[in-house]
Amino acid sequence: MADTRYMTINMGPQHPATHGVLRMVLELDGEIIKKSIPYIGYLHRGVEKLAEARTYHQALTLSDRLDYTNGLSNNLAYCLACERLIGLEIPKRGQYLRVILCELQRIAAHLLWIATHALDIGAMTVLFYAFRERETILTIVENVTGARLTPSFIRIGGLAADVPPEFGTMVREFVDDFPKRIDEYETLLTENVIWRRRTQNVSPLSAEDAINYGVTGPVLRASGVNYDVRKAYPYSSYDEFDFIIPLGTKGDVYDRYLVRLQEMRQSLRIVKQGIEKLPDGPVNAHALDIIPPAKEDIQHDMAALIRHFKIMEEGFRPPVGEAYGAVESPKGELGFYVISDGSNKPFRMRIRPPSFLNLGAIPKMIEGQMVADVVAAIGSVDIVLGEIDR
Amino acid sequence: MSGESKAVRKLIEKFTGVSLRVEESNGATMVTVGKEKARDVLLFLRNDADCNFDMLTDQFGVDHSSEKPRFELIYLLNSLGNKERLTVKVRLAEGESFPTVCDIWKAAEWFEREIFDMFGIRFDNHPDLRRILLDDDFEGHPLRKDFPTEGYGFDQPFTVHLEGENE
Repeated sequence: MADTRYMTINMGPQHPATHGVLRMVLELDGEIIKKSIPYIGYLHRGVEKLAEARTYHQALTLSDRLDYTNGLSNNLAYCLACERLIGLEIPKRGQYLRVILCELQRIAAHLLWIATHALDIGAMTVLFYAFRERETILTIVENVTGARLTPSFIRIGGLAADVPPEFGTMVREFVDDFPKRIDEYETLLTENVIWRRRTQNVSPLSAEDAINYGVTGPVLRASGVNYDVRKAYPYSSYDEFDFIIPLGTKGDVYDRYLVRLQEMRQSLRIVKQGIEKLPDGPVNAHALDIIPPAKEDIQHDMAALIRHFKIMEEGFRPPVGEAYGAVESPKGELGFYVISDGSNKPFRMRIRPPSFLNLGAIPKMIEGQMVADVVAAIGSVDIVLGEIDR
Repeated sequence: MSGESKAVRKLIEKFTGVSLRVEESNGATMVTVGKEKARDVLLFLRNDADCNFDMLTDQFGVDHSSEKPRFELIYLLNSLGNKERLTVKVRLAEGESFPTVCDIWKAAEWFEREIFDMFGIRFDNHPDLRRILLDDDFEGHPLRKDFPTEGYGFDQPFTVHLEGENE
């Protein structure tokens, strides 16, 4: 800092291109970044501490509010950890619906990413296109769960309810329409000269660095590393679906863009297969002491009403032990580590947020790059401060 | 799951005479190791060709306030090549520090800052051990069990001091 040749500038926390409240302190030599330090924590709500004061069912609602673009995957990761802890097996219909909902949510999250990322770099049109389709998905999600952003729909032991009868038709309509829409985004960006100049060879990350920094998700795969939790450690019947993992080669901003576009197409394949193969049967596991009764039963059956109160008031007591549940969220590997001491509240709930580690690698990516590329780099990593700060 | 994986067998062979406890729980393999040898074990797991745990998925602390030693550090290791996970646990008494693993996995740098922030556990040779999520002048370590969930001072009246005002 004593060297007067370098200038230190402060970017954020109120900067439109930091996607939330992220502050970066950049040390510059002219326009070249010598060093950068991210400051986080502006959105810290103490989720891990709050979970220790709630029953297992209640703590689920905290998970929605981590990565708020992607509530259903967060629910799933938490539920997987809890179900592993108590040893619950979910019926096939429940598992398939979880997969369909999470893949729809992945497409919605990627649409939000492509909209804001392109806007940051200066391509405004993409935003209007992408939000149009995102709205269709959110309407489906709202129709099923009753909420657009914080569904809390995937519950420990299954789902809050079965899907409504029109669900199949709505999803099929979307699946038929969406490939054309992805082509539209591609015509706007993929061969666009300005887009290519702004993204190609910008803030590259080598495969070794990416692994060393613990980076996961599309950012890791853009660097050419074939790691996806859905394939490496399949959960929720993902091994019964046919899809491929798109990989990049250079690990620059452009590759991350291509990988995410391909991922949307693959997610669509998964949704299509899920709807075609969707089995009949119950969505919830049979565990009367863990899963509250259906709403209809509560209105007619006295015993069901008592059971509902008991489960909601007291919760359930998993055996002493610990379990890790991880899903491939749109950002990367999202994990929950739940430790039980035999009481009705988690003794410790640890969240492994993908964005936290992906952000940690940004100083490495932008070293030696131009100031204007910081915006492109942050956008391409797709961070959500809600889950970084917890 | 029956039988130990190649990595765990090799680990036990290499560290004979060191107190290692291996257990299987909910589909995960966990290794509990004494504080003295823990860094060597982690370094071995990273660098050995058969173990090759190249990614540090997570690292976090647990406060067992009623037990001794009080704190527990948990490392979740992941081998991308072998598609294998391993959990390594170390127990630390209050006030004890632990050597950093930043030089083994770069990801540990922020994890260790967070553990320092939330539990007050210090890491030796860490390049930049500051609070990460909380303010620099925050008092206390919130994830310790003796820290109240509501925090301190939430029910105290909030006073505003205007510039130039005496007192």
